[in-house]
Amino acid sequence: MTASVGYGEVKEGAELAPASYPATRLSLVKYCGASGDFNVIHWNERIAKAVGLPNVIAHGMFTMAQAGRYVTDWAGPGAAVVDFGVRFSSPVVVPDDDTGATIEVSGTVEEKLDGNRVVLALTARSGEAKVLTRARAVVRLP
Amino acid sequence: MAINRDYLGRTFPAAAPYEVSRVKIAEFADAIGDPNPLYRDRAAAQAAGYADVIAPPTFAIVISMAGSAQAVADPGLGLNYAMVVHGEQRFEYSRQIMAGDVVTAQATISDIKEAGRNVLMTTQTQIRTVDGEHVCTAHSTLVERGGAA
Repeated sequence: MTASVGYGEVKEGAELAPASYPATRLSLVKYCGASGDFNVIHWNERIAKAVGLPNVIAHGMFTMAQAGRYVTDWAGPGAAVVDFGVRFSSPVVVPDDDTGATIEVSGTVEEKLDGNRVVLALTARSGEAKVLTRARAVVRLP
Repeated sequence: MAINRDYLGRTFPAAAPYEVSRVKIAEFADAIGDPNPLYRDRAAAQAAGYADVIAPPTFAIVISMAGSAQAVADPGLGLNYAMVVHGEQRFEYSRQIMAGDVVTAQATISDIKEAGRNVLMTTQTQIRTVDGEHVCTAHSTLVERGGAA
């Protein structure tokens, strides 16, 4: 984690350094337990395929959590996320191997608002798929 | 079975009060793979101006799901959960959730609509402390694939 970004240092249109986060079958099992969301499509390949999915898929909220981490890592400990919304445009498909899937997150400073708030526009991809669209976080900076 | 449209606008009973613990926050942070000390180390959280460890932003889903479960699990709603994927999610925070909070979540079904062969159902869940302080409003859109067929 880096030091907090100051509102005065931030420029509209600035691009944030991209980051990659792994999603393995173990990640999903842990996320099931921690979140309480045991929907079978997140851990049972047989049922996931039977209901028409390519394979087990990550919880949308696991993907959103990676985007959240991206935002809080950028903003630093003195900042607060005040609004955070995403659309789950494609599932993150997680194969049964040692690598799993990779979620790549990038972002730009879309707008500076009053009250030391900035709007970040985020994108998240896994392989060729855009897994989050219309992803925005409003962060209040120190 | 289709989603019962009579449920549009219905507000469900609040889930039992949820006590936010340091252990649960750390477990959640581990599960999302986030090593941020604000989620584990009280001294680090206090240095950043918080009374205790705070939760990652999306931790709010753990609490809001307890509220929306009152809707999703209602057999009268007719949601086929194996066909459900998450469509959209938004959180509006009044402040961060932190260890020691005791909160309730109360869900309202704010929208039910068809999109092609799918049905989209949106719940709006208010997370408040047991003293009535607003902490977060969660908007969740679930997609029941093939639900409109």
